[in-house]
Amino acid sequence: ASRVVAALKNELLQSRSFIRGMKTVTLIPGDGIGPEISAAVMKIFLAAEVPIEWEERNITAIQGPGGKWMIPHDAKESMDKTKLGLKGPLKTPIAAGHPSMNLLLRKTFDLYANVRPCRSIEGYETPYTDVNLVTIRENTEGEYSGIEHVIVDGVVQSIKLITEQASERIAEYAFEYAKNNQRSSVTAVHKANIMRMSDGLFLRKCREAAEKHRDINFTEMYLDTVCLNMVQDPSQFDVLVMPNLYGDILSDLCAGLIGGLGVTPSGNIGAHGVAIFESVHGTAPDIAGKDLANPTALLLSAIMMLRHMGLHSHAQKIETACFNTIQDKRVLTKDLGGNSKCSEFTEAICQRVRDM
Amino acid sequence: MAAHSSVLSVSRIINRLWGRHLGNTVKVFGTTLTSHRNKTLHVPLPAKYGGRHTVTLIPGDGIGPELLTHVREVFRFSCVPVDFEVVHVNSALEAEDDIDNAITAIRRNGVALKGNIETKHTMPPSVKSRNNLLRTSLDLYANVMHCQSLPGVQTRHRNIDIMIIRENTEGEYSNLEHESVSGVVESLKIITRSNSLRIAEYAFQLAREKGRRKVTAVHKANIMKLGDGLFLQCCREVASGYPDITFDSMIVDNTTMQLVSKPQQFDVMVMPNLYGNIVSNVCAGLVGGPGLVPGANYGRDYAVFETATRNTGKSVAGKNVANPTAMLLASCMMLDHLKLYNYANLIRNAVLTTMNETRLHTADLGGQGTTSEVVQSIMRIIQSKGQLTADM
Repeated sequence: ASRVVAALKNELLQSRSFIRGMKTVTLIPGDGIGPEISAAVMKIFLAAEVPIEWEERNITAIQGPGGKWMIPHDAKESMDKTKLGLKGPLKTPIAAGHPSMNLLLRKTFDLYANVRPCRSIEGYETPYTDVNLVTIRENTEGEYSGIEHVIVDGVVQSIKLITEQASERIAEYAFEYAKNNQRSSVTAVHKANIMRMSDGLFLRKCREAAEKHRDINFTEMYLDTVCLNMVQDPSQFDVLVMPNLYGDILSDLCAGLIGGLGVTPSGNIGAHGVAIFESVHGTAPDIAGKDLANPTALLLSAIMMLRHMGLHSHAQKIETACFNTIQDKRVLTKDLGGNSKCSEFTEAICQRVRDM
Repeated sequence: MAAHSSVLSVSRIINRLWGRHLGNTVKVFGTTLTSHRNKTLHVPLPAKYGGRHTVTLIPGDGIGPELLTHVREVFRFSCVPVDFEVVHVNSALEAEDDIDNAITAIRRNGVALKGNIETKHTMPPSVKSRNNLLRTSLDLYANVMHCQSLPGVQTRHRNIDIMIIRENTEGEYSNLEHESVSGVVESLKIITRSNSLRIAEYAFQLAREKGRRKVTAVHKANIMKLGDGLFLQCCREVASGYPDITFDSMIVDNTTMQLVSKPQQFDVMVMPNLYGNIVSNVCAGLVGGPGLVPGANYGRDYAVFETATRNTGKSVAGKNVANPTAMLLASCMMLDHLKLYNYANLIRNAVLTTMNETRLHTADLGGQGTTSEVVQSIMRIIQSKGQLTADM
């Protein structure tokens, strides 16, 4: 019964936001090549006539009362209102005295799940041609809790924290995602043979979530076995759910399989329905402002966002246009093996979208 | 000097009486105190009686027993002067008597060859992984794995030649976990200066011995600033003593990305325990799978040889389809350690020759050969070399 109510609520929410016809999304261009790739995405969305209004905001660290670092008030307000964000790469300053911007965002919106769908791109060849998996990584605790002490001189202890609540939340999300995206199986990745209690707890929560979602196939696999099999035959994997550190490494491994961070989309799901989609590559300051950047990663993340919003036909149209342009090989940016400028690549995609 | 040695003996007494209960804290202080004395990698010669060596054999679970039986078959056939002392470890028991016996046997013989012992999750968390217990009790601090592309095996990447040196006793595998509040579990990752220096020293020594040009430290010091930061600092300190070898460092997630796109850029890699697990499995997958790569665990006084990826292989156990290559190559590494170089080369060459005849690949390499067929082929090649052999 609760599922029916949830579905109805979803419908109502969607129709309410589309009453005016347009949905507002917070856009954070970022630093370096951020502004140019964001402009490219906006142009393509305009050509595809996507019913989205962009609200641009900047994210810099400001110090609030009591010395606590936080994001600017107008950015937070915008995100709380729209619940959807698209973010370009942010510069991580060294010795600026404040934590990284990504960490601040994560803490502000409680972005607990990092989702990276990895799919082989036809036309951008890598040694792996049959990748079609999704990594779902717990993003708030685990090995990245930042709790470290020097016990005695020369002995350092780092604490890995696993809580029942966070594990339950991420496991639930993984199965929800699998259901909403027509995925047939979820695999929990762990090292419970060595970290008996911590990964054991994580595994237990995954098993409990699996019981509630009998229609999805559930398996568990050791981290080392996953790594071993991933580089030999990635087609055997579907949805992978795991704690923070394994997720960090595995999601980058999978990005490497399909061609690197320049073509990998990523989405962060937070509490209270907030979702921020981002490109995970760096700011590339050496090519910033020169119209050489590749907007594919940000574009694919934006497409992920469209699917999250339910705008499947627009998502399909833009994705097909993007992949066809890459497969065509006539207009490609330098990192994809071509010679064209960012604007030319963008225009090629826009042209295809208009022709559809 | 007197004070130093008396503190040393006190720590030894503590270790013996309460070492197992106080666990890692005592070991940490123990090693910090002893590290000043032993700068060189001195491994005493293993036991030899009547010209024959005795080696502890731990069959383990899954495919371990059958593969080790094949190893003994090949050794007997080639008249290798090695006798095996077999110690069984029952993974279903909660008591630690079995593994204690195995450890005592290895202390006695100095060298062991083992299969992987399964860790059952259904047992309470106080029942620790037997393999881990073995490694930490014998202080086998370096896990060494050499991944090389083999000409007879079809893989996506060619010309891979990477040596991976992984810290084997501390890091995330310290077995220190507690649930202070219900629903909140803390797991401690310990990095010590002495162990990091030790493993870095080992890596650079090995690189120099084998004529390698570059050592890469793999870490995540941008997030774990103190822990991996200490590891990286120790590596840098040791690197300064080896100016002929290039040293660089790479963050672990970038490392995995680079490994699947350009693995040829890596030469020797050194890293803490967990990253070692990930990177060694990725590299094993890149050169053809778990059935091909042997691994060695070296300590100051003991050496234990096994397959590099430590798989139990339960799904293929007893079906005569497992790949014997990894275990046989591990036994050759053991023969090298015992200084029986001629026998080591004889068996190794036979194994590699069989590998390059594609018809004789086992299922994991896409072939249809059975384990026994591969072993028979190896023994035939050994016989053809004209040395003394027993009956087939």
